[in-house]
Amino acid sequence: MKKEIVQSILKKNDGSRSGLISILEDIQAKQGYLSEDALRMVAEKTKRSLVDVYAVATFYKAFSLQPRGKHLISVCLGTACHVRGGPTVARGFEKNLSIKAGETTHDKEFTLETVNCLGACALGPVAVVDGHYFPKMKTSGVPGIIEKTRVGLDHVEIDTDQRVFPVEVSCARCNHSLMDPRHPIDGHPSIRVTVSFGHKHGWLALSSLYGSYNVASEYEIPTDAVAHIFCPHCHAELIGGAKCGECGAPMVPMIVRGGGVVQICARRGCKGHMLDLIGTTIG
Amino acid sequence: MMVTLHLNGLKVSLEEGATLLDAAKFLGFPIPTLCHMEGLSPYGACRLCVVEIGEGENAKLVSSCTYPVQEGLKIRTASSRVLRARRMILELLLASCPQSRTIQDLASAHGIRIQRFRQEHEDCILCGRCVRMCEEQMMAKAIGFRGRGQARSIGTPFDIKSDVCRLCGGCMYICPACQLRCTYSEPERAVCGGCANLMSPCVEMENFDDLMCYMDPCVACEIHKD
Ligand code: FES
Ligand code: FES
Repeated sequence: MKKEIVQSILKKNDGSRSGLISILEDIQAKQGYLSEDALRMVAEKTKRSLVDVYAVATFYKAFSLQPRGKHLISVCLGTACHVRGGPTVARGFEKNLSIKAGETTHDKEFTLETVNCLGACALGPVAVVDGHYFPKMKTSGVPGIIEKTRVGLDHVEIDTDQRVFPVEVSCARCNHSLMDPRHPIDGHPSIRVTVSFGHKHGWLALSSLYGSYNVASEYEIPTDAVAHIFCPHCHAELIGGAKCGECGAPMVPMIVRGGGVVQICARRGCKGHMLDLIGTTIG
Repeated sequence: MMVTLHLNGLKVSLEEGATLLDAAKFLGFPIPTLCHMEGLSPYGACRLCVVEIGEGENAKLVSSCTYPVQEGLKIRTASSRVLRARRMILELLLASCPQSRTIQDLASAHGIRIQRFRQEHEDCILCGRCVRMCEEQMMAKAIGFRGRGQARSIGTPFDIKSDVCRLCGGCMYICPACQLRCTYSEPERAVCGGCANLMSPCVEMENFDDLMCYMDPCVACEIHKD
């Protein structure tokens, strides 16, 4: 079955001799590491010599030739995090997981690694667990994070059916608040953005109640149309890489005041959305 | 296309695409090399072949084995800056691989008599000769570079015998690091400059009967003979 995965990845990148890194990245993402067989297959299928493939695979830190755990914990030991106690945090993780940095726990649950700067120095010391950032880490927070990770950090996604509460959001690009107290919807300040669909271009006000789908807009947006949403302040399009889990349309990300990101589906009528508040609730 | 340049004050015309090292060779100026080898592509790893180009403020050191000839270029192959840089490079090479015969010979030829730096006794200086030999002359590509930075090393993938290696031994044959030589009685400090040293290590040759001496010509041995 491993073979098939590698084969399909190779097929996807067919014909491009230059795509070695992206092929290896894909394999690493699927398998968690680069196995010897996988590297041999890549070399054979892309008509490179094994030496070259191996050289690339060992050159980049992002690639691992050893199987990694289900969860990846990266503790920052960059300069900023280092002076703020990164090493202590790293030691905390090492103690709690009883492994050294660079190792994987016996149950193959956790891999611990140290990195040199995650680009979030102001939040230091930082640890990233499965892509979730934990700012201003203390050793006392380590066991909690490990527990949460075991349960699954992504479970923290909140389902609207059970919860309805107001959020305050700002533009992910310019950080300008999008709240508009002059046009309340559902009794709360609305979220004001610019929308464009077809040849129309106008304002759109969304309810700030998380879970409410009430909107008001300059032009009636036809159901199922995928709109482009822009920040009314910096005019940047609010768009992230994510796709709606329900309908596949692009998601529109907005920063939630206090930390976290809310994403709503750009398709009118689709209720796909996601709230990610992790990083503020813990740590 | 011919390119004209000034080498140590001499004018010389060379075919475009030649390197500064070729130019120096053409005129007979010696430039020591280590990672360079005829028949292998230039690599520029050891920096031993540095020369100085440009003038005044803009003068800089470049590796002559990789630098292509350029119209009007002014090159000095043995300025004091070049010699200083070369000596330093040799001292550092010597520190990482003090047991290498090739490096010792180069060092003693450059008047280095004492090792100033801590000796690491690496068995590889990452000059890449063997890698290029394997790929370019033996058409095998059995060995290559692995990892990076401090962890960079040369070897086969996964450190197991390679399927494409034919055991030709070419890599060992051209390795400048793995030929050992006599280190006299003080292996920690000795640079065997052989007969060039005032204190010839081999004068007491009886003590080192079973050691092989590579010195050529060995004055000490000559003395011994008469
Ligand atoms: S030093 Fe840790 S994020 Fe930059
Ligand atoms: S001979 Fe030119 S860099 Fe080694």
